[in-house]
Amino acid sequence: MTQFFAMGGYAVYVWPAYAVFFIVLAWDWFAPALRRRRLTRQLRGRIARERTRSARAARAEVTT
Amino acid sequence: MASLTQTVDRGTGTMDVTAVARSSRRPGTWRACRALLRRDFVLAWRRRGELFLPLLYAVIVTALFPFALGPEPELLGRIAGGVLLVIVVLAMLPALEAMFRADLEDGTLEQWLLAPQPLALLALTRVIAHWITTVLPLIVVMPLLGALLDLPMKVLPILIVTLLLATPLIALLGAVLSALAAGARRSGILLALMLLPLVVPVVIFAAGAIAAAQSGMPYLAPLTWLAAALVLAIVLAPLACAAALRIAVES
Amino acid sequence: MLRNGQAGVVGERAWKWGRVPEHPGFRNMSRSYVPHFIHWLGSPPNFYRFAGNVRPWLMAAALVCAVIGLYGGLVLAPPDYQQGDAYRIIFIHVPSAWMSLFIYAAMAIAGLVALVWRVKLAEVIAMECAPIGAAFTLITLLTGSLWGKPMWGTWWTWGARLTSELVLFFLYLGVIGLYNAFEDRRRGARAASLLALVGIVNLPIVHYSVVWWNTLHQGSTVNLFGHSSIAPSMLWPLLVMALATHLYFFASILGRARTGLLSLESGKQWVRQLVTDTSR
Repeated sequence: MTQFFAMGGYAVYVWPAYAVFFIVLAWDWFAPALRRRRLTRQLRGRIARERTRSARAARAEVTT
Repeated sequence: MASLTQTVDRGTGTMDVTAVARSSRRPGTWRACRALLRRDFVLAWRRRGELFLPLLYAVIVTALFPFALGPEPELLGRIAGGVLLVIVVLAMLPALEAMFRADLEDGTLEQWLLAPQPLALLALTRVIAHWITTVLPLIVVMPLLGALLDLPMKVLPILIVTLLLATPLIALLGAVLSALAAGARRSGILLALMLLPLVVPVVIFAAGAIAAAQSGMPYLAPLTWLAAALVLAIVLAPLACAAALRIAVES
Repeated sequence: MLRNGQAGVVGERAWKWGRVPEHPGFRNMSRSYVPHFIHWLGSPPNFYRFAGNVRPWLMAAALVCAVIGLYGGLVLAPPDYQQGDAYRIIFIHVPSAWMSLFIYAAMAIAGLVALVWRVKLAEVIAMECAPIGAAFTLITLLTGSLWGKPMWGTWWTWGARLTSELVLFFLYLGVIGLYNAFEDRRRGARAASLLALVGIVNLPIVHYSVVWWNTLHQGSTVNLFGHSSIAPSMLWPLLVMALATHLYFFASILGRARTGLLSLESGKQWVRQLVTDTSR
């Protein structure tokens, strides 16, 4: 097992290369997910605001 | 030419060509391009102070090199050709960015789109005017800059020929990118980023010609490649530029 | 003639389903012809749902392939007689390099479709390809550098392949930068698509000019594979890893395109419905 991790003396080069591969691809995979979560939160907020605004407008119409 | 004289003969007989062009409702393509050239030159002349800015930039950067590398003539003479080439490319950048911006903002580009003349031809005319007003002065002062860096005298003509081929090519490529970036908020460094991949082959062949001339080798092959690329770009770049302008204007 | 008539009827129904959010689903459509399926898929709500269904399977397949490929490459394959174990970087380096070119081609094709037919989905796909391609290009550059250090004793050489890859990275950055510089994202997508098309004309020119430049300045010409052919025990993990990266790309582009469509269509009814439905 230690022989496997030593990579014949090239561990300093092989493992960082694999780390780069997985870290960059993990960023690529999770960045859009975060963007989507932010987007849905914004959209939900906007829809809720519009609803309260229209409800308030309806109430104002009733009172006048 | 033959067809033109024929129409003159079939028409009013003795009129000369310009009179026919003036009398027809739609101005001819040639006349529109000439008017555009004249307009660009007048505008450049009104703001002639700005034309010196690229020159000043080139002189300043050239003057910095001996301070950074030491004033040994051998070293400076060896790198002078490549350094001057890069300086010219860098000095072209700020002006390239502004090639279409003012026209987009004041609505001139919309008139270009509506004009009966082909948009690509108008764009090509603009590139020619731009090259004459901002790049040609740089090439004219090249002997001076070469003297500052101890450029060997035998290389100077080759350097100038190379620049005469390479700078129109860069201006054509830059026009496409400038048209693409015209509709964007601000470009700044963006144009340099987009231009770099396109300019790499041009710089490689131009520097190849200069280096070959410097070491006494045949330099005709890279120059021929540059000329071929220029011919290709004169045909294709205005078309791409027209497509980019359409994207910039249409919403 | 009869077949044409039938196809027309099915096409009519497909068109209607493309507009209505409560469609019977693509399962019914799959009995029809491929062009109709593509037409059906061109509608953002349909694509959103389809991509959401397909994406987990693609990612799972990519992970399985990656595990098999990495086991084959890191454990089963013998050390190289010249490079020792350092050559094992090729199992990620070479597939990434292939992907960097493949994704650029995909981006340019999507960009062409976006420019010619003005398909909104094609614009989104072209623009979402760029970050993935840039990621793979970055991986190629970094792993190549990590491989070069023990093999050639230097982190970077101006060889033809490396220089072309660097130029490709700048092309990707230019496309991303131009797209983000626009206020109107659809216009930005069209402009950046045109830039991608200019880049695909430029790329072979860059490659050949750099090769010519390298023959001019002798010294740094390093051939990664030498002239020997690669052993089968090393080749199959490489191909499996290449398959894994392709599958990963398709999974990633579907996810990114979903997000892109959601933000581009944020005012539309189907997005509002989707957002409010998932909140409950």
